[in-house]
Amino acid sequence: MAVVFDKPHALTDVPMHYCPGCTHGIVHRLVAEVIDELGIEGKTIGIAPVGCSVFAYNYFNCDMIEAAHGRAPAVATGVKRSDPENHIVFTYQGDGDLASIGMAETVHAAARNENITIIFINNAIYGMTGGQMAPTSLPGQVTQTSPYGRDTKHCGFPIRVCEMLSELEGPEYLERVTVSNVKNIIKAKKAIKKAFQNQIDGKGFSLVEVVSTCPTNWGMTPQNALKWLEENMLPYYPLGVYKDRSAKEETK
Amino acid sequence: MADKILMKGNEAIAEAAIKAGCMHYFGYPITPQTEVAAYMAKRMPKIGGCFLQAESEIAAINMVYGVASTGKRVMTSSSSPGISLKSEGLSYLAGSDLPALIVNVQRGGPGLGGIQPSQADYFQATKGGGHGDFKMIVLAPSSVQEMADLTVKGFDLADKYRMPTMLLADGTMGQMMEPVSLDYEVKETVDKPWATTGTKMEREHNIVTSLFLKPDELEDLVVERYERYKVVEENEVMYEEYMMDDADICIAAFGIAARVAKNAINEARKQGIKVGLIRPITLWPFPVAPFKKAANQVKEIISVELSMGQMIEDVRLACECKVPVTLCSRTGGMIPSPEQVLEAITRANGGAK
Repeated sequence: MAVVFDKPHALTDVPMHYCPGCTHGIVHRLVAEVIDELGIEGKTIGIAPVGCSVFAYNYFNCDMIEAAHGRAPAVATGVKRSDPENHIVFTYQGDGDLASIGMAETVHAAARNENITIIFINNAIYGMTGGQMAPTSLPGQVTQTSPYGRDTKHCGFPIRVCEMLSELEGPEYLERVTVSNVKNIIKAKKAIKKAFQNQIDGKGFSLVEVVSTCPTNWGMTPQNALKWLEENMLPYYPLGVYKDRSAKEETK
Repeated sequence: MADKILMKGNEAIAEAAIKAGCMHYFGYPITPQTEVAAYMAKRMPKIGGCFLQAESEIAAINMVYGVASTGKRVMTSSSSPGISLKSEGLSYLAGSDLPALIVNVQRGGPGLGGIQPSQADYFQATKGGGHGDFKMIVLAPSSVQEMADLTVKGFDLADKYRMPTMLLADGTMGQMMEPVSLDYEVKETVDKPWATTGTKMEREHNIVTSLFLKPDELEDLVVERYERYKVVEENEVMYEEYMMDDADICIAAFGIAARVAKNAINEARKQGIKVGLIRPITLWPFPVAPFKKAANQVKEIISVELSMGQMIEDVRLACECKVPVTLCSRTGGMIPSPEQVLEAITRANGGAK
């Protein structure tokens, strides 16, 4: 019988631990497909975060490193600088990891235009620890540590990472995508591929923010979570390209 | 004999590291060790190496973690408050069995403390310096030549035992200028099949991690690591004995304190007092044997330190309370004078004659 659908080579053949309906699996697959298509598995080194995707190092077939919470961009900097010609380096980080505890590492890697690829999963909550308020939790969003809804007078506003980083001279490419439906998944893959291709071409810091769901900690069915994402997340986190230096230069 | 050049301790560390094959340095400015970074900033671009000023000490140690994961020699340097920030990274390096050299040119603490020399990070360096069960090899230079020699040695030991190694100096050692020979023949002989340098599609993927959620698995790993620590304790202890043959009083001191103590010992010897010195060069593993031996020979051990007394606890443990161990120290950035040490020796000898 002809094989019509298979797992990408860059994914290992082990069951993932993610909850039913979680979008990590989709994004892992997209990253792995891109690694396959670009033929870079043998020279790629991935950096896993602390958070739900901490075990990403078990799921990718390339060499993997587990970083301390928030420090993945600094670790990636070391790995890239140790052999810039031969290492393709990506980090895979959640919102707590990238935009809270690791914000300094994120901003400075972007400012240096560090030639790395960052996949940033924004699902507006801390998943691994059981659903606490994240730096990207929406105003009014109920979490374990904002049980009456996120009160912006008390704990401020969620951070729009792509918009913020787009003010820096440094970064090459910033795009926000989502994986809420097939059309968006195809767009997300295109962005992820570009973010890796940029690194291969030596263009520099490329970050793809993937607006994602957390059905378990949002307390919703997977379908309702996707609906909630489209109705609540996307208005606050509009999809689109926030910076693309090379494209801008070409159009000049 | 090899040519000697006049160098600051901090610069000697930097040049020795390059001679040892370290082509990557990450750091963040802090007094009194900034010369290491400045030297690296000047030299690395000329030799195809990488100097990068990190956004924080935390970022710097994690950049070190990244290079160490790829199996290359890498270092960072800082001073006391900066080392506290790096402690997270030290624990992760140890937990992932990664070799790296970390230099601490100590200054007075706690908190922001001061910028004058200190040895008050002894506990932090030798008892872990981060969360969890782990050790670092801790080397304590007492001259500019040793700053350089122990830097090279530190890289070798880190590679050999797959663990972070700390060079524990102080502000005086860092700023002091002395003639130094940097004539090293360095050979990296340790294979690093665990390094994450890309699979080249030729092997299974390597994973560098310190996360092990199954407690029995984590226990096994920690126990295995402690077996390795035991080998370090058996094979890598370094110390110097000075005039100990006939001594009935013993000084325990490392780093700059040992130099002050030697002056005092020379003066005391002129007065006919039989006093000697045991100078630990490795603070971990601690030279237990010479102190254990001294406990059966001398009537008192005086620990001379630039702290409120930290190494003194290891000296007491080593000599199993067989003799009194007393403290002669200054802290906060102050250095004990030879006169203060001589006074302590005279008192131990039964008072002025």
